[in-house]
Amino acid sequence: MTSTISPTTTTSALGGVVHRKEDPALIQGHGKYTDDIKFTGEVAAAFTRSPFAHATINSIDTDAARAMPGVHAVYTIEDVRHLGTLLAQVPVGALRPLLADGVVKHVGEAVAMVVADNRYLAQDAADAVSVDYDPLEAVIDLKDALSDRVKVHDSLDSNLLISWVGPFGAEPEDQQKVKADIDAAKEGDDVVTVSQEMLNQRLIPVAIEPRAVVADYNPGYGSMTVFSSSQIPHALAGAIGKTLGLLSNQVRVVAPEVGGGFGAKLNVYSDEILVSWASMQLGHPVRWTETRREAAHSTVQGRGWVATATIVGTKDGEILGYQLEGIADMGAYTQNFTVAIPFLGLFVGSGQYKMPTWWKIDCVTTHTNTTDAYRGAGRPEAAYYLERIIDMYAREIGMDPAEVRKKNYIPNDQFPGAVSPVGFAMDTGDYGTNLDALIATSDYAGLRAEQKKAREEGRYLGIGLSSYVEVCGFAPAGLAELGFSWSTYGLPAAFSGSGLVRVNPDGTATVQIGTGPSGQGHETTWAQIVSDRLAIPVEHVKVRHGDTGDSPMGIGTFGSRSAAVDGSATYEASQRVRAKAAKMAAHLLEASEEDVVFANGGAHVAGSPDSSVTWAQIAEIAYMPHKLPEGMEGGLEASVVFNPSNATWPFGAHLAVVEVDAETGNVDLLRYITVDDCGNVINPMIVDGQVHGGIAQGVGQALFEEALYDETGNLLTGTLIDYPLPTAADLPTFELSRTVTPTDINPMGVKGIGEAGTIGSAQTVVNAVVDALAPLGVKHVDMPLRPRRVWQAIQEAKG
Amino acid sequence: MYPRPFEYVAPKTLDEALAALDQTEGAKVISGGMSLLGLMKLRLLSPGTLIDIGRIPELDQIEDRDDHIAIGALVTHGMTASHALTTEHATALAQAASWTGDVQVRNRGTTCGSLAHADTAADQPAGAIACGAVMVARSVGGDREIAAADFFVDALTSALEPNEILVELRIPKEGGRSAYDKLGRRGGHSDYAVAGAAAWVRSDNGTVADARIGLTGVGTAPSLAAGATEAIIGSDGSAEAIAAAAERAVEGVTVLEDLYGSEEYKTHLAKVYVARALEQALALARS
Repeated sequence: MTSTISPTTTTSALGGVVHRKEDPALIQGHGKYTDDIKFTGEVAAAFTRSPFAHATINSIDTDAARAMPGVHAVYTIEDVRHLGTLLAQVPVGALRPLLADGVVKHVGEAVAMVVADNRYLAQDAADAVSVDYDPLEAVIDLKDALSDRVKVHDSLDSNLLISWVGPFGAEPEDQQKVKADIDAAKEGDDVVTVSQEMLNQRLIPVAIEPRAVVADYNPGYGSMTVFSSSQIPHALAGAIGKTLGLLSNQVRVVAPEVGGGFGAKLNVYSDEILVSWASMQLGHPVRWTETRREAAHSTVQGRGWVATATIVGTKDGEILGYQLEGIADMGAYTQNFTVAIPFLGLFVGSGQYKMPTWWKIDCVTTHTNTTDAYRGAGRPEAAYYLERIIDMYAREIGMDPAEVRKKNYIPNDQFPGAVSPVGFAMDTGDYGTNLDALIATSDYAGLRAEQKKAREEGRYLGIGLSSYVEVCGFAPAGLAELGFSWSTYGLPAAFSGSGLVRVNPDGTATVQIGTGPSGQGHETTWAQIVSDRLAIPVEHVKVRHGDTGDSPMGIGTFGSRSAAVDGSATYEASQRVRAKAAKMAAHLLEASEEDVVFANGGAHVAGSPDSSVTWAQIAEIAYMPHKLPEGMEGGLEASVVFNPSNATWPFGAHLAVVEVDAETGNVDLLRYITVDDCGNVINPMIVDGQVHGGIAQGVGQALFEEALYDETGNLLTGTLIDYPLPTAADLPTFELSRTVTPTDINPMGVKGIGEAGTIGSAQTVVNAVVDALAPLGVKHVDMPLRPRRVWQAIQEAKG
Repeated sequence: MYPRPFEYVAPKTLDEALAALDQTEGAKVISGGMSLLGLMKLRLLSPGTLIDIGRIPELDQIEDRDDHIAIGALVTHGMTASHALTTEHATALAQAASWTGDVQVRNRGTTCGSLAHADTAADQPAGAIACGAVMVARSVGGDREIAAADFFVDALTSALEPNEILVELRIPKEGGRSAYDKLGRRGGHSDYAVAGAAAWVRSDNGTVADARIGLTGVGTAPSLAAGATEAIIGSDGSAEAIAAAAERAVEGVTVLEDLYGSEEYKTHLAKVYVARALEQALALARS
């Protein structure tokens, strides 16, 4: 395999910068989001939410709320218990009741639902629902939760829900042997052991469009139509059908424009089920749109690990073993993927490295809001611990952190198909070339010289590095047999993708896909794929998405999977249409099928561009089958389910330059430089955009963001005043480039890129800050690196 | 976010607004809405009536009045930040306004609104204190002048009576120079202040003849750093004099611990920013 630094622009349909087809509508305000889509006679829902993290509900008095003008109904668990709990894909732990059932388990848990003429009246009535609580002790701290001193659910034996242990797939005794061997290595001569407990704090995913849902049940047709700001419309349709007793083809879910998801909309929520159910009860369309405060309290959160990373290695940089042991916060209730998120971290638990690795994360339940997928989902956490401890090890042995990394990479001769120390077979990789590219493009030596000079001037300049490997486009479909199956929601699909391509009578093409974008640019990327195969101009390819009523089954947009999995399905569907059209063109051109070439909006005979037909001419006979040769089937349409044999494993290396004001603890991020490798690139501009957003969210975790709970379970950072997000003004201009190592598991050679920026960046920034403060003796600072934390670390290092 | 029901009136004249405010129980004055609406949407505050002064003419001016400049009730942060009169005669206030919120907030929110909100983490109160501003509080009964140092009473509490509107901010033209510096919650100057300080100094033949220092984010309310002010007056403005003044930054101030800093850290930052603001103001005065 070859890796090359690629230019960021080319001109072919596949690999070219094509401006996003969706942007003119979105930028000019013509995009239709869920809250823009109105129904006649619709009414609004609001929720009464728990102010306590743990309390018994003695009684709920809804009389005053019911008596208020404009109120249609007030519901409690008594009204909906018969529907069962909220469904989850990996149902380990306690599933969420649709409304609190006797006991509340986190602040913000929905206790009652009010439906009224409008959202204002509904909120007034929700405030008028009187709940009599007996507060109980809450368990928030992860170590406290693991002790089972206070249990979150009486129905469970323990707060410990599951432990994910690696190497994956090994017998427990073999896993223990890996651990014991690493422990033994610590006792060796001339070795160094470095160990650090680190927090990977909880985060609140903040999409610019909050979650919103409107449901319209038509009793005449027996049809349920739901618009929801969701990453998984097919799963939501399945869940609504299964919960409410409707057949799958009675439920249509549309995810129209979706203004960001980041994993938080990769969930079926009780509010989505409840408004659908209420629409059946009331004979009105019912709408609910969350407020920012509700988003913080009842939409899933991410991360929330405390773990100790340990490296043992030689004094010349050979890592002899790596151990990670810690706890991950699941929150109160298990939702879609909750307990599986740390497992996704295990996939990349040993990163790009070859050292023996033992890995164990305990998933515990606490009296806090549920955690689940948030951009990266387990992989940023795993990368953070590994890449932080490698830096600490490098500092301990006095070796350059880039050198240590290179010395321990899985060598190229293991690819494709290298099996990582944590037990996963990877597709392709070329890590050394990638890091060399970063060293060159960043002028690493020059930066170190600049740092030396700054230190002489008493300035605290820091350079941080991180490598990362990502796993995404989860596959194969056989994962379903391990318990990761969408069948919970009534979907037959496991981890496969779908695409339907049709050439229309006028020679344009329409693509229907089972996934939809929440900012990823599907309408452009998919048009490029079809254009590349069929030579139909990108502007003549329309991509329809997110509507379960007219799309093939698709499991959703998440896990950096769309291009590699669903895109491959569209690629294969285009190939089938092309093969069929080639026969028709051959007939029209009176040529051999093998001699038909597609180019410039039509087909011609190889070597004779003048002997050509347009797509409209081909389509004319395709849709008038009497003009086709005897036995040839009409139509120009194909639908493909693509079943990849493996996930894809993108990788990269990031570098940050920071300056720290040691007097105040203020961190100034000066430069951010990346070399990512996501295989072949369909649209460099869209890939760059994904990396930009990913870095911003990783930097947000490193410097600003934290879902902070007090000891009684109150969320102290429940508004955007107290939950600072990075803005463009807080970030430097990112300096991006790429190496290209195509994957061998899909026809386009593409890997995912949606989460890479996040997986690579938090530790890069922290490594840079710690590097800046190394002369002061600072070895570690927990995120977020708010000035107060950095200043405190400096004071402690000073003693 | 959905506030509780409220009445809304938009008077055409200041007299109408003052009469409405005087006669309406539980009314609140709104101009830019940048502080008030957030609280209402969270239902932390539910005034029965909003009196919108946004359509009253002539309140949106910064005027030159011989011995002082006057900043009207509807002057936005953006205007305060960039107007020639403020940048010259109230540099610290203009600097503070330039770091308030983002562009949208600065184009919508008003300087007087921010002052009336009396948030300790907001930037402009310290600037007003340092620049010796006088607040003009008007009611149906007439005008009342309140010195900025006396205006900020406690957390989100100003000296305004329920029937008064802050109609104008007056900054005396005393000569001297001022500066503001802060640490934002998102680092640098970004976002509300963790802590900050504004300093105004007037030098006379190498001696600091007069000074005022205001603090942001340190106490429960924006306040005058009285000890530091006393220490710098009469000094030579040297590095040693600045350091000595900074040491007294929180004298008489009850330091507030919050999500963004412990008492120890806030105390430290108060000293750092008093020193930095003084350095910058003295540098301007010397130039």
